[in-house]
Amino acid sequence: MGVRKGVEVSIAIGDVVKLANADVIAAYPITPQTHIVEHLAELVADGELDAEFIPVESEHSAMSACLGSAAAGARTFTASAGQGLELMHEVLYVASSMQLPIVMAVANRALSSPLSVWGDHSDMMAVRDTGWIQIVTENGQEVIDNIICAFRIAEDKQVLLPVMVHLDGFHLTHVIEPIIFPEQSEVDQFLPPNQYPLPLDPDRPVAMGDFGPPIIYSETKWAQEVRLRASKKVILDCWQEFGKAFQRHYSPVESYHSEGAKVLLFTMGSFSETAMEAIDKMRGEGKDIGLIRLRLWRPFPFAELRRAVRDADVLITLDRAISFGGPGGAVCSEIKAALYNEAKKPKIVSFVGGLGGRDITVDGFEEIVNRGIEIAEKGSQNEFEIFGVRE
Amino acid sequence: MAKTEGELTWQDIEIGAIATEPGNASQYQTGTWRSQRPTYDFTRCIKCGMCQLFCPEGCVEQNEDGYFEANLYYCKGCGICARECWTRVITMVEEGE
Repeated sequence: MGVRKGVEVSIAIGDVVKLANADVIAAYPITPQTHIVEHLAELVADGELDAEFIPVESEHSAMSACLGSAAAGARTFTASAGQGLELMHEVLYVASSMQLPIVMAVANRALSSPLSVWGDHSDMMAVRDTGWIQIVTENGQEVIDNIICAFRIAEDKQVLLPVMVHLDGFHLTHVIEPIIFPEQSEVDQFLPPNQYPLPLDPDRPVAMGDFGPPIIYSETKWAQEVRLRASKKVILDCWQEFGKAFQRHYSPVESYHSEGAKVLLFTMGSFSETAMEAIDKMRGEGKDIGLIRLRLWRPFPFAELRRAVRDADVLITLDRAISFGGPGGAVCSEIKAALYNEAKKPKIVSFVGGLGGRDITVDGFEEIVNRGIEIAEKGSQNEFEIFGVRE
Repeated sequence: MAKTEGELTWQDIEIGAIATEPGNASQYQTGTWRSQRPTYDFTRCIKCGMCQLFCPEGCVEQNEDGYFEANLYYCKGCGICARECWTRVITMVEEGE
């Protein structure tokens, strides 16, 4: 069995990328992702990880270098956050469209301006349509486990798509947690070598990233969509196998005391752990409430989500990003879309909060729930409510 | 190549839309972009090949009599050949005329 040690989550990411035996890392440092890249650079420089570390001049170049590396069949890792993720935005589409199995840790960060290095989900929401698989984590152990899974999922021949593993900036990147690291032999057994089926090879030339006129573009996009949706099966299988091998279990929609609860709170990412405390407190006071957390953002787990919320009367959602001028929170609007045609569905109340690193405490979640129940009973004129803004 | 681009279904798309056969770009018909086409008075042609050298599309080929002529499957009708031709062999005419 693995070794349990207290370590900063960012450092742990470097260590697990080493365990995954990555071949190439191309990354540009940006707060709050910096320690991940620094530690990987150190591991390569010290000869502990036999990989190419490509120092680049921007995130646009980082992702571009990753394209080449993955196309050559190398196991490829990068990490970014906030403005950096936005700078590589156009290349993200290329990575998924060219079906290159790149793994990226995203240290979720708010977007400028005003300049904020702190965490929220603005960056994650801005890249939701780029065709990447997106996995959301709540603590350091989940990050480590899911980076191992991400390589296996991305490189699976039925998938061949890039994967982002999201962790909240500072709330996860900079905390020291006890984390169980698997043994090298266990990782080697779980994660077979990367064998990209059509790598760049002078003896077998291919053309990648071609020109696609109108006569072929729609076919390529539909093939991509079908593939991303179909990846869910491989993701589920991977998590199941991971559970068998390491006794830690993951699913696309996670629940906490939600069975039979009439009121459900919905969260995503590290705030879920605080929300659980709030749920414990409220249940202790006799309130009929549970928690639903989304683990898989893309491909969106429609069936699992419908199953998880259908018996509730009220669903109170918290988004950590605003969709300006739109429905308020991107996650809530997708939940609403997923339930629209269902005969039986809860009333949905949308909150946005926790922006730019602002904490939501246990009391805060309690306030959100109480206000949510009030809105569900009385109705509201607004698409959503902002939580915690001073009037 | 078994199928042309117009016959490929989404199931036929290779991973990442990778092209595994070389040369399939030659199927791309750029001639449909054309609003003017070159016409030729070969009685003035000295077979110097300037039109071929200047053609940005690389679509000018020598015919069996040795005269240089644009392949209209690819010719975009830019008119550079007509402008560069020293002996005024080439005249651009509107498509449809």
